[in-house]
Amino acid sequence: MRRPYFLVHLAKDLKIEWRSKDAANAMLFFALLVVSIFSLAFDPTDPGLHKFTGAILCVAILFAAVSSLNQVWARELQNQVLDAQRMTNASANDLFVGKVLAHFFFLTLVEIILAPFFVIFYNLSVVGNAWTLAVIIPLGTWALVVNGVFFAALSMRARSRELLLPLILLPIFIPALLAMVVSTSAVITGASDPGLWIKMLAVYDVIFTTVCLLLFDIVLHAEG
Amino acid sequence: MKLLRWLWLAATLGVLAEGFRVAMFVVPPDAAQGDVQRIFYYHFASWCGMGLFYLINLLCSVAYLAWRNRKPATALKADSLAVTAAEIGVVFCTVGLATGSLWGRAVWGIWWTWDPRLTSTFILWLIYIAYLLLRRLAAGPQMRTLAAVVAIFGYVDVPIVYMSTRWWRTQHPQPVFFGGPNSGIAASMMPAVWWNMAGWMMWGIWVASLRYQSIHSEQLAEEEEARQSLEAAR
Repeated sequence: MRRPYFLVHLAKDLKIEWRSKDAANAMLFFALLVVSIFSLAFDPTDPGLHKFTGAILCVAILFAAVSSLNQVWARELQNQVLDAQRMTNASANDLFVGKVLAHFFFLTLVEIILAPFFVIFYNLSVVGNAWTLAVIIPLGTWALVVNGVFFAALSMRARSRELLLPLILLPIFIPALLAMVVSTSAVITGASDPGLWIKMLAVYDVIFTTVCLLLFDIVLHAEG
Repeated sequence: MKLLRWLWLAATLGVLAEGFRVAMFVVPPDAAQGDVQRIFYYHFASWCGMGLFYLINLLCSVAYLAWRNRKPATALKADSLAVTAAEIGVVFCTVGLATGSLWGRAVWGIWWTWDPRLTSTFILWLIYIAYLLLRRLAAGPQMRTLAAVVAIFGYVDVPIVYMSTRWWRTQHPQPVFFGGPNSGIAASMMPAVWWNMAGWMMWGIWVASLRYQSIHSEQLAEEEEARQSLEAAR
């Protein structure tokens, strides 16, 4: 059986990234910087800060992702991949899904590397069930990546594209960010049950993945 | 056309004046809040206006996407109407947020809170401002397609805003109209609601007619310029 097209795209992105490690390095370093800056801005030994560490983690992930999303379609633009894609019989969604999966993989890798630093800088001790975080963070990351890759494609031919991407992405991402922050804080402080927020995050993921898949073709080939 | 516009303006001003008179002097004050509650008639009217114009924006954006290749002239008109509607929707949203904030300060003692209704409405405001910024920062016919897509995304938030007071317990009061038992407004207050709703929608339509004409002629002028430079290059 021939390999599905989205796997071809995914393999291509993973292979290129493995050789150059551009995006992963940039994301990791940026995330580390953000975590360090936050620990300088807030006193990490302050016991009252415990309930904010979830928020700081989510914001660090957000900044890291947005910094790398600006470049997510750069290689495609430089190498006329979009014209080539139009000539194949693969749908644009295969390109989209491959891209989203690859980016999701890199961002998750960055988060896994970031986690120990976080624990060290903030003396993090999770009161609730820490394995719930393994559900919450990927769901939130997926929301960020699927919308981010979509809007990066949307703004890729605009002027001030680095400005436009966060301007459009962040308002739309806020509900997911809210759910992610509240549920992460709920798990870390053990103060409340994150169940409702996790469900909301999952519903957000389903809705926005569907809308992105439906509209990606229009956006990629928007020539008027 | 111009006469109709002037007549509409006169009618609108009349309705707004009557709405003001009824809201301020005729209907009774609220039993619990007193006269402060009268801002409701403006607060509610601006949300109705916002709802109407964001819906127009959605429909015109979808129409643009559907017709952009087959009926380009009509699609361009739909696009002009979409951006007009978005601009006026943002104005109504701003007025709604401002009136709500003033009312909240008077009644709850706080200017703002991050409850689901206020948060989702604030996000809606941000999304449509991003829509307007996209139109400014992107260029060319592809800008219209991209803007139409963002409009569809943005409209996903509107049902969330509307349902937020039903799905969650919020600082914001529970639904007044079509709410559960014990909701609804006193019949004696309804005239103020109707007059202001009508007046502000009429005002929105009047401004929309001006903006639409201006935006559409700009778009036609741009197209004409593009066509001329194309012919000159031949």
